[in-house]
Amino acid sequence: MTIDLSAILAAHRGDPSRLVQILRDVMRVEGFVAPGTITELARQLGVPRTRVEGVAGFYSFFATEPRGRYRVLFSDNITDVMAGSVELRQRLLDAFRLELGEVSRDGLLSVGLTSCTGLCDQGPGMLVGERAIGRLTPARIGAISALIRAETPLAEWPDNLFRIDSHIERKDLLLGTPLAPGEAIAAALARGSEETLAEVARSGLRGRGGAGFSTGTKWAACRAAPGPERFVVCNADEGEPGTFKDRVLLADYGDLVVEGMTVAAHAVGAQRGIIYLRAEYGFLEGPIEELLRRRRDAGLLGRNVGGAPGFDFDVDLYFGAGAYVCGEESALLESLEGKRGIPRNRPPYPVTHGYLQKPTVVNNVETLAAAAFVAVHGGDWLRQRGTSKSAGTKILSVSGDVARPGVYEYPLGVAVQQVLEDAGATNTQAVQVGGPSGTLLAKNELSRRIAFEDVPSAGAFMVFDETRDIIAVVANFARFFAHESCGFCTPCRVGTTLVAQMMDRVACGRGTRRDLKDLVSVSRLMKATSHCGLGATAGNPVVDAVTKLRPLFDARLSSHEVLPVFDLDESLAAAREATGRDDEGAHFHHEVKPTERTP
Amino acid sequence: MSDEPRPTFSMDGHDIPFEPGQTILQAARAASVYVPHLCFHPDFAPHGSCKVCTVRVNGRTVASCTQPAHAGDEVESSTEELKDLRRGLVQLLFTEGNHFCPSCEQSGNCTLQGVAYELEMTSAHFAPLFPDRPVDATHPDVLLDFNRCILCELCVRASAEVDGKNVFALSGRGIHKHLIVNAESGRLADTELAVTDKAMSVCPVGVILRKRRGFLVPIGKRRYDEKPLSQTDDPVKGGG
Repeated sequence: MTIDLSAILAAHRGDPSRLVQILRDVMRVEGFVAPGTITELARQLGVPRTRVEGVAGFYSFFATEPRGRYRVLFSDNITDVMAGSVELRQRLLDAFRLELGEVSRDGLLSVGLTSCTGLCDQGPGMLVGERAIGRLTPARIGAISALIRAETPLAEWPDNLFRIDSHIERKDLLLGTPLAPGEAIAAALARGSEETLAEVARSGLRGRGGAGFSTGTKWAACRAAPGPERFVVCNADEGEPGTFKDRVLLADYGDLVVEGMTVAAHAVGAQRGIIYLRAEYGFLEGPIEELLRRRRDAGLLGRNVGGAPGFDFDVDLYFGAGAYVCGEESALLESLEGKRGIPRNRPPYPVTHGYLQKPTVVNNVETLAAAAFVAVHGGDWLRQRGTSKSAGTKILSVSGDVARPGVYEYPLGVAVQQVLEDAGATNTQAVQVGGPSGTLLAKNELSRRIAFEDVPSAGAFMVFDETRDIIAVVANFARFFAHESCGFCTPCRVGTTLVAQMMDRVACGRGTRRDLKDLVSVSRLMKATSHCGLGATAGNPVVDAVTKLRPLFDARLSSHEVLPVFDLDESLAAAREATGRDDEGAHFHHEVKPTERTP
Repeated sequence: MSDEPRPTFSMDGHDIPFEPGQTILQAARAASVYVPHLCFHPDFAPHGSCKVCTVRVNGRTVASCTQPAHAGDEVESSTEELKDLRRGLVQLLFTEGNHFCPSCEQSGNCTLQGVAYELEMTSAHFAPLFPDRPVDATHPDVLLDFNRCILCELCVRASAEVDGKNVFALSGRGIHKHLIVNAESGRLADTELAVTDKAMSVCPVGVILRKRRGFLVPIGKRRYDEKPLSQTDDPVKGGG
């Protein structure tokens, strides 16, 4: 028995390139994607069944087996763990006598883990269906348990559970300068597309999503690419653990972002824009759709935008489905085309062969916001802040051991120490700048600066004080990469899993010198041979930590050169249970006592 | 035909000519220079997933199968550093699957095994992951032993591009990525696979096996038993 797919398919015009969006709707109705549904979808879309099954099996938020009618996913980012998510999760599991990853027998509830939900400033966070809940406490877990037990529809849960705060703690150029809707479009129209391009190039604006590519160069290449059709894609797949500034930009500065997209469209000659929003931010769907409607009504989207004859540009909202790799621009494009999010071989690059193989500009949310201001005030405006190689400002998502977590905008070149002081950090042991794929700074490096030429950052800034177990932090990052590897290339697919296993062994005191050597060599192998940035950076936190904090590791290592990867005594547990024995002779004894540590 | 000399790049000090549009691996193979590889096959567009063909081009490490050749490129291939990287990658593949060469029907015909010998790999080094991958023996003429799958997607590509059947595909993600077949039951018997399909002949390891053909060629007389892989990698037919 399968659900009626006709309404869902009609809403997506039966277009197989919308398969990810279609499966999202199937999940809403069916709760999972049943084998029969996969067959039927394939038939009606006219694609091989394997295509649908492959996509359904790729994204974390799609399930091919039944999940609970309430599907709860706790954010597994390290900041959530530090804020107590493990205990809170256990509390919910205990209330329903459930194991992690299980569906309750009556099908009511399933509880699982998910990668960072972008609520690090108000964690611990969780997702229930498509809604996000932050600031979890035992009391809130109690309330949520009661609502689930009473089978209260999510729509009727108290609003305050779903309140998401913006926590803007420091404003600079982007967050502090007013911009009226349409102002940047008017300026771009007055200046002309070539001059706007020149101003963006002059501004020195570089991508804020991590790679730091010159925005002016990207736009110019797209404009120069042959073909009548072009696209502007806003990368709002903010998946780097510890990053939430794009959430705040889209919630509070949505006009600015769409204004930037429209300026980009005018500069490169695009007719269509797409916002690719991570599924974790499903709560922004309503506000963004409303914003787009408002701008259409105001003549700022649609035909003859800003009153300019022939300038037609509109924006659609697409959702991801739980895949960090889709933040990589070519994987994002694959996802937009309804495929598994596998980064493409390059060349060709998206500026010439992007969405549907058409010339496409993919820019981060913050990059587009900055571009809107450059259109109004010119390139020099951005250069009034920052350094010669890093023009402008950077919005940081500050979380972890600080008194005031939140969003902080600084001129590029700001010292890490300055951010720590402003956010109220004390006894700082280490800072992870740019998220797990970024740089781990030890406390003797806090004078370093956030800039493309020193410590680049996509925005995450996670602070760990002296009480934290950095090895457990790095093990958490390693598990994250193993979970998010797309699996396309050998080094990342296998390497991230081996690194995660070795880090877990080291963290619980069963690691050896050989593990430490292997951790570094596998990380280097991944860096040298991986297909995309995910694998290339997945070993960064491990190598940083082993290099900079070696004494911590040495103190944790087993004295043995080699240890079995399994615990002999633990392996006998099943036999002990079967025979009802627990005497001395039913145990292996060795001197290594694994110590469970939590950060 | 023009008499203009073809452009060349330099590989380990030797000039390799190439046609515009060729990748470094394609040009090297045409010049009978062996670069270890697994997911590449001359009948299909380069895939770039196994990364075993990694070389250093102008200082950067890249997969040579997908890297377009440019005149004047300085390519390193036969260095100890690259051999170490490639051996490391092959060790990861051995660690990931369940590869027991002595009991494998494809021993001696297996490209993974052949590449491992080329790279002088003596062990998988890492603790094996021992994945649980049940075989599919439902098809009357074909056995699928997923234990040996290295996820090169050659069968996927052959079935889609040559056979027009899409019998094979990949699902899952990361270390859970796996080969699937085109049937709601998940069984090979319920697909359109025929023994004459191109997909039957491209597996570089021992996943797709003809039934009732096991050990027809005795161990010792197989493809790589007499000459190592590097001397049997035919530029047209490939080494697999």
